[in-house]
Amino acid sequence: MAGGRRPARRGRKAGEGERNEMSILRFLAKRLLLSIFVLFGLSVLIFTISRILPGDPVRMALGPRAPQWAVENMRKEMHLDRPIHIQYAYWLSGALRGDLGQSLVTRRPVSADIREFVPATLELAIFAGIIMAVFGVAMGAIAGRYRNRWVDNVIRVFSYVGIVTPSYVFAILFVLLFGYVLNLLPTIGRLSPWITRPPVLTGLVTIDSLVTGNFAALGDALLHLILPGVSLALGPLAQQARIARASISDNQNKDYIASARSFGIPGRVIMFKYLLKPSLIPTVSIMGLDFAGIIANAFLVELIFNWPGFSRYGIQAMLNKDLNAVAAVVMVLGLTFIIVNILVDLIVAWLDPRIRLGGERGK
Amino acid sequence: MIGVNGLTVQAKKRRWEGFRKAWYKFSRNPVSVVGLVFVLGVSFLAVFAPLVSPYPNHAGPYVNFAIGSKPPSLSHPFGTDAFGRDILSRVFFGFRYSLMMGAVVLALVVIPGVVLGLIAGYYQGTRIDTIIMRITDIFLAVPPLILALAITSVLTPSVLNAMMAVSLMWWPWYTRLVYGLASSLRHEFFVQSAEVIGASRFHILFRELLPNCVSAIFTKMSLDMGWVILIGSALSFVGLGAQPPIPDLGTMVADGAKYLPDQWWIAIFPAFAIMVTVLGFNLLGDGFRDLFALEEI
Amino acid sequence: MGDPILQIDDLHVSYKVYEGRLRVLNGVALHVERGQRVGLVGEAGCGKTTTMRCVLRILQSPPGRITGGAIRYRGTNLLRVSQGELQRIRGSGISMIFQDPVAALNPVFTIGDQVCAVIRHGTHKRLTRAEIRRRALGALREVQLPDPDRMFASYPVQLSGGMRQRVCIAMALATEPEVMIADEPTTALDVTIQAQVLWLLDRLVQDHETAVVFITHSLGVVREMSDWVYVMYAGTIVEGAETNELFERPLHPYTLGLLSALPKLTGGGIAKGIPGRIPDYLNPPTGCRFSPRCPNAMRVCDQERPIWTRVGDTPAHEVACFLYGGEGV
Repeated sequence: MAGGRRPARRGRKAGEGERNEMSILRFLAKRLLLSIFVLFGLSVLIFTISRILPGDPVRMALGPRAPQWAVENMRKEMHLDRPIHIQYAYWLSGALRGDLGQSLVTRRPVSADIREFVPATLELAIFAGIIMAVFGVAMGAIAGRYRNRWVDNVIRVFSYVGIVTPSYVFAILFVLLFGYVLNLLPTIGRLSPWITRPPVLTGLVTIDSLVTGNFAALGDALLHLILPGVSLALGPLAQQARIARASISDNQNKDYIASARSFGIPGRVIMFKYLLKPSLIPTVSIMGLDFAGIIANAFLVELIFNWPGFSRYGIQAMLNKDLNAVAAVVMVLGLTFIIVNILVDLIVAWLDPRIRLGGERGK
Repeated sequence: MIGVNGLTVQAKKRRWEGFRKAWYKFSRNPVSVVGLVFVLGVSFLAVFAPLVSPYPNHAGPYVNFAIGSKPPSLSHPFGTDAFGRDILSRVFFGFRYSLMMGAVVLALVVIPGVVLGLIAGYYQGTRIDTIIMRITDIFLAVPPLILALAITSVLTPSVLNAMMAVSLMWWPWYTRLVYGLASSLRHEFFVQSAEVIGASRFHILFRELLPNCVSAIFTKMSLDMGWVILIGSALSFVGLGAQPPIPDLGTMVADGAKYLPDQWWIAIFPAFAIMVTVLGFNLLGDGFRDLFALEEI
Repeated sequence: MGDPILQIDDLHVSYKVYEGRLRVLNGVALHVERGQRVGLVGEAGCGKTTTMRCVLRILQSPPGRITGGAIRYRGTNLLRVSQGELQRIRGSGISMIFQDPVAALNPVFTIGDQVCAVIRHGTHKRLTRAEIRRRALGALREVQLPDPDRMFASYPVQLSGGMRQRVCIAMALATEPEVMIADEPTTALDVTIQAQVLWLLDRLVQDHETAVVFITHSLGVVREMSDWVYVMYAGTIVEGAETNELFERPLHPYTLGLLSALPKLTGGGIAKGIPGRIPDYLNPPTGCRFSPRCPNAMRVCDQERPIWTRVGDTPAHEVACFLYGGEGV
């Protein structure tokens, strides 16, 4: 989704008493405050919506043949007979303690479900994120540097295709091509059944197997990551490439590059240092949004590849009207999004001193 | 010499010249023209689907297992699905739902978003600005798809609900865009002169500031059509949007995914249809962006 | 008069645009002696910056293209030299100060970073980091920037325009070049700062014995800052003379027009401008490019280009105009 970053407006240039790095802490504090507020608002929103829906979720969960007293019991347990703000209070106090209620579908505490499924999605998202960042910037930089030559045109065509194709279409095509036709890469799950699983340390199979020296599992896990990871990454990658390309080709003609060249600074240094750093600024800004897009779109890919991930769990919860699970999923994803955004803002502030020092950020 | 509408005859002629020049500039880039052709093509098929499809009744509930799951042939260029429905016709009708989704969402979103942006931009620096932009920030801080998914899920999945959910998460982008433009234009002389003359706020917002934002808004709308269609198809794919037997392109891909790889045509053609539509709007939007020389989008 | 350290011969440059080729430079020829301060004066759009960018080969290459001529630095034709050789000459041989200090400094790197980079890559000797830093601080001190240590860690956004331009000057001189090209270095600055920067520039140039090519559209500045002035119009050099000589006895009708356009403190009347506009570079006039506007135009002026002629020896004065010879052999 194409969204603009607000331009940082330069304030007055300071002579002596310039703003110092304290503003980063203030900035962080402000963002954290806003984030908490947003999370709170989100929780209220999702809670309200999920409780007001028509139909009886308990009846749905227990099935049409469950006796009425069982249904009544469950309703009492879930506090569904109380007014809505009381329900919210129960939920909130539970959530702050780490108890997000029971899932109506898996019949387990939702927090257990989270612990099981989040790492899988995280692993997938990070893998896709790395591919997106590295290849997106690289391709965009090459296209921008050699603007209008054939490399550029090839990359542009590729990025158009990448942007307009939904990730599930890529997923389907990859499953067809690499899974069935070529039979090269695995298409189901995280590990092949014949591999010994590494112990669950972080939940990320790649890290766990690396740490315990189980290289067979590491290789197998990586193989399993390729198809779903690439399907997820291609769209955002294309987006990154476009922005990186525009950024590099714009900055290429700026005076400070000509100036650097005129002082005899060699071309390689210019490309990798002087041109890259300022051009990364708009690219990284979008990366945050794109990474969130990866996490949000993960469910599509998880469904196709049978990846036991959190997004797939979330979708199933939504389709089954599993209230507690839905609320928890929304909160977790919201939290992730907020963290990623803050990180990205910090990185951009580190990259661009104008934001840190030049004055207030534009509204 | 004042003609009808207060425009002089000269002014009308100049506008026409303006259009011709714009078209000339636009058509210099063949890629943008391709986009326009795609969009027009898809729109045409969508609007005239009942007339143009070979089997218009296949778009609804229709079952004929005798011709089910047939590969592409002369009588069914895109093949038939498991129920014996002609995929080509369903794709044409599918365009209807896609375009409708895009149009409805944008219609719901653009007006409030733009108006809020204008107001916030004009009152830049005051309390009104802060309030409006803070609310916008909050909506923007919420993960985009999550909200849409959650809302669609707790309501009964349907095309309408999907559209409402997407609209709710989309409007802030327009507010932000227009805010950026309006708040910097706000200090220009033409606004100040209007104020000094005593023009009403309505006039300043809508007859001075707004026309300067139109090209950016328009460009964003073209690009957004593509994105909304993409997101809509993702929702349908998962089952949270259009429900069968509605021939929504995303739902068709989801259905067809079950029959891979043998009956590949059931999923592939709707997928390509989505791609062509989104590509068309993207190229068109890019063309506008180049035409108006915008950097804000 | 020794060998010129920098010599431009018959330089032709064209820019490709949608409508065709703009013939921007039409046989520019000038030379600079060792340690000489040369002013290059002309109105906006006449090609001064383009010419100088060609010297260091930092012309934007699509759309610009050098279509003929030679640029000799110490005898070597810079237009034919290898990339490696060119890089060696840039910085330690010839350096440049740009017009807009805001745009000339990379906003995301510290001043120290940038100055050190220039010294490291521009002086073609192996230097230790400590030595580089020492030289950088020295350069900053030389341009009279307050508190060089703190400046080192600052970013361009924290400095005022005048300070930034001083940094650019520091970078340009830090590599001890033999020729420095200053492209309107004070145009973007406040008038009060202009004077300071100009004074500083002048002193440094004399201290380092660097030759300077000073590009400007201000006649007042060029009178202060140069020993020799070239007047440029529409892609050609039309006149060149020792500074005082040019101002006292201008020969070319364009120069006369420029000088008469200066408002005077004594005598009344509104300053006279030069009627007409600069030529269309797409279809430039054959013959002398100034002839459409020239009050003294003769028939030959439309047909042929005047040749550069020496019209006086002491003080030296050269001009390209049919009024003073200028016919070919």
